[in-house]
This record gives sequence, structure tokens and C-alpha cells, in this order.
Amino acid sequence: MTTVTAPPKLSILVENVRKTFLLRHTHSFKEAFISKIKKKQTSTSFDALKDVSFEINEGESVAILGYNGSGKSTLLKLISGVLEPDAGRIRTRGRVGALIEVGAGFHPELSGRENVYLNAAILGMSKKEIDERFDDIVAFSEIEDFIDSEVKHYSSGMFLRLAFSVAIHVRLDILLVDEILSVGDAPFREKCRKKIRELIGEGKTMVVVSHDVGTVRELCDRGIVIKKGVKIFDGPVEEAIEALKNQ
Amino acid sequence: MFRRRYLLRLLVRKGVSTRYRNSALGWGWSYVKPLTQYAIYFFIMGTILGRGRGGIENFALYLLAGIVVVNLFNEAFTNATKSIVDNKALVKKIYLPRELFPVAAVIVAFIHFLPQAAVLTIVAALMGWVPTALELAAILLGTLIVVLFATGLGMIFGAVNVSFRDAENFVEIIRMLATWFSPVLYSYVLIVDKLDQVGHWLGTLYMLNPLTSAVELFHYGFWYGTTTDSRPTPPHLLVFSLVGLAACFVLIIVGQVVFRRFERRFAQDV
Ligand SMILES: Nc1ncnc2c1ncn2[C@@H]1O[C@H](COP(=O)(O)OP(=O)(O)OP(=O)(O)O)[C@@H](O)[C@H]1O
Ligand SMILES: [Mg+2]
Repeated sequence: MTTVTAPPKLSILVENVRKTFLLRHTHSFKEAFISKIKKKQTSTSFDALKDVSFEINEGESVAILGYNGSGKSTLLKLISGVLEPDAGRIRTRGRVGALIEVGAGFHPELSGRENVYLNAAILGMSKKEIDERFDDIVAFSEIEDFIDSEVKHYSSGMFLRLAFSVAIHVRLDILLVDEILSVGDAPFREKCRKKIRELIGEGKTMVVVSHDVGTVRELCDRGIVIKKGVKIFDGPVEEAIEALKNQ
Repeated sequence: MFRRRYLLRLLVRKGVSTRYRNSALGWGWSYVKPLTQYAIYFFIMGTILGRGRGGIENFALYLLAGIVVVNLFNEAFTNATKSIVDNKALVKKIYLPRELFPVAAVIVAFIHFLPQAAVLTIVAALMGWVPTALELAAILLGTLIVVLFATGLGMIFGAVNVSFRDAENFVEIIRMLATWFSPVLYSYVLIVDKLDQVGHWLGTLYMLNPLTSAVELFHYGFWYGTTTDSRPTPPHLLVFSLVGLAACFVLIIVGQVVFRRFERRFAQDV
């Protein structure tokens, strides 16, 4: 740490990770019991990720690319800790923020203000931190006039604006972004990108999942391509985009 | 979990404030529902079957005290069982200590219990209830037993409910039985005598039910002092209560272990 030419610090370590989903065919005691007696299989297993390894250093901005169902979201959930790997290990340094699906904790019956507090707390902020940032959050979302009305009366774009705004203002070291840069209208999207570039500039680690090549090119310098749960490419983002097309 | 106290508080507040949104009566339902139930039981047990059979003095208060505790148990247990599935959206997408959900659910049930406890206090006071320190202690102990019992069971059933929604229906049955398997509608003397005829252990088993202790503690706390009846509180109530309390602590630990065990799979199964 004190050496002059400090090597880049490791931020995310993914080592030989496997994630197996059991697709259960039974959903009640009765079904499970009958299948047991008949010695029928109660589940089939399916590897969503197979032996995936990579390292991401602090300050890097990496895109995860792959077609639908290739395992990108699963990978982000593993990094954020929502899911646990069935083999291998995952280490992260610092506070991980996952923009996996914004607005997951929003309750339609509560006002915008109440939702901001609730969600910021869910994402790990303390009361003091939220108080400090509340005005920024609302200003960023540009829905000041509606902040005290119930969220169920919001338009879907307004809802996403507020949700995104909360998520982006959480103080964190690693930001995981899954398919959410397409929220809102064009000006708001631009604003989000700008904010994310700002965070990259501050040296945050960023992992972005997006099907939008433009976004990926703009925000990331490295790309990891996943095909059916297997990592098939890891390198500069332009080459990764090529690898995705030619897989 | 203790580090997320602020979040817990917000989750409780959400549970409380969204519970009766969009209903004209709002929290009034907290009174109306138990009162309806109470009226029916009072009419059938008290009027038709004649004062709770055992000739319980001051049956109105006796019944109310029992119903209020059992309601606390039912609410807390049901809410906790459903809590993980109800918060599906969060469990799936964001990492946070999942015990928060059943715990918040139990706290919401407790807050819900307070107005009923207030009614009970007022009714008891009207009937000349002047609590002694011992009676207050009994009430607190009874409440504690119920809350812990519901939390422990709720964690286990809540965890199982993620994979097998049967748990919810099972809880419905337990709810129905809870009122009958504890001395709410009748005097414990009636049933324990009958059970003892079959086998002494059966009567003991009945008394070992933590809910029985809690109900009897509430009877002792609110009702006993207002009667001139010499009908005693159950023998060894203190012993049974403490055993019940200890059992609840064990249950909470078992609940934690089961919960941890299942928790790894919540996000993918729910
Ligand atoms: N909880 C789960 N239970 C069972 N299977 C799952 C679960 N979650 C994901 N899967 C399976 O894992 C595979 C990868 O899913 P994932 O959501 O990671 O894909 P993705 O790469 O994010 O796709 P998309 O581009 O459509 O977002 C899919 O085949 C999916 O069916
Ligand atoms: Mg996805």
C-alpha cells in the first residue's frame, strides 16, 4: 500500500464459480411426497454458470456481454451476494451497490418521499446519510412537485427516475448495473450516463450489463463475453463486441 | 441485523401505514374484527351454552383477555410466515439480512395488538381491576412468551413457505386450533380433568403449550383480581410459564438455524 508504484488493487475476484439451479417440478408437500414414492425425479439441475473466473481491479469499468439467458444477471446477483455460488468463490472489496432492478423495494401506496427513505435504507444508507442526500436525490430525479404524492400515481418514467436517482446516490465502491440505462426519456438517459461517467471518474469499479452496444462502448473499456454460462472472451471492449457477434 | 435497526424501523412503519390504506375505517378494523369474533364467542359460549360451562365468573372479561392474547399470536405467526414471500421483489434482487422481514412482521402485529390491549385494560378497569405488580409482571411475561413463540414458529414456517406454499395453509389450521387448544373459551379445569382421565401426561402436555401459559398469565393479570371466585389459577403456572419461556428461546434458536439453512436458496426459489 505504501509502495510508490502500487499495483492496482483487486476489487472483485471471481474464481471457478459455478451456479446450478434446481428446476423443481413440485411445489407442494403432496407432489414432493408422491414423486418420492414413485421414485420420480423431483427436479432437474441446470448450470447457469460453469467455471467462470476473472478479476476486476479498482477503477475498472467492465461490460458483461451475452445473449438472453446466458447468465449475466445471475453473475451480477452472485457478485452482489443475493445468490450464493455452488462452487468456487467470490470476493469483493468495499460496499457493493447493485442496480439490478431499480425500484424493487418501492411500495406503490407510499409517497415518493417515504419511498426514497425506505429504499435508500434498503440499499444500506443510514438515516443521517439519507437526510444529507435527500435534496440531491429529488433534484436529480426532477420530480420535486410530486415527491409527496403516492408513487402509484406516478407515470412509469417518473417512477424509474426516482428509483434510479435513489440507487445512484448510495455511497458505494462497486456499482453493478443491469439493463437499467435504458430507463426514462432521452434527456434523462443522457443525465444517467453522465452521472455514471462521473462515478467512473471518481475511480469506482463498475460492472455493466447491457445489450446496447453504444452504451457499452461509451462506458466500458473491457468486456467479458458469456455464452451459455461459459466465459468465452475477456479483453478490450471492441474485441469483446466482435466476439459476441461471431460466437 | 442490529446494525440495520433504521431499516427495521422503516419496514415496520411501512407495514403499519400500508396495512389499512384505502379503507374508510382504517385502523378501526383493528377493533371491529376482534370485537365481532368476541361477540360471537360470547353469545355462543356465554349465552347459549351458559357462561362458559365451568360457570366462570365475570366471563366477559375472561373471554376478552384470552382472545386478545391469542389474536396477538395468530397475527404475528401469520404475518411472519408470509413475510418472505410477500417481500419477494426485494429478496430476489437486493442483498439484505432476511431475518428483518419476519421480525418486522411480528413487530407490526405487536403494534396492532396495542389498541386491543388498551380496550382490554379499559374493560378490566371498569370491572374494578386494580393491578398489582405481580399481575403486571404476569401480563408482560405472557406477552413475551407469545411474541417469542410466534417469532420462532414464524421463522421456520416463513422459510419453508418459500419452497412449499403449503406452509401458509398449515398455519391457517394452527390459527383455528389455537383458540381451542388453550383455555380461552372454557376453564382449563374442564379440559385438564378430562385429559387426566385419559393419561396424566396428556394434561401436562396441554399445560406445556406456551399459549396455554400465556392465556392463563393474562387471566391472572386481568381477570383473576376482579373475581371473588375461589377458582384457582392452574397449579404450577409459574413453572409452566418458565418452561414455556425456555421452550420459546430454544424454538427461536432452532428457527434461526432453519432460517439460515433455507436462506441460501430464498433468492432463487421464491
Ligand atoms: N431463480 C432461478 N431458478 C431457476 N433458473 C434460473 C433462475 N434464475 C435464472 N435462471 C436461469 O439461468 C439462466 C441465466 O439467466 P440470467 O437471468 O442470468 O440470463 P441473462 O444473461 O441475464 O439474460 P437476459 O439477457 O435475458 O437478461 C436462464 O436460463 C434462466 O432460466
Ligand atoms: Mg438479465
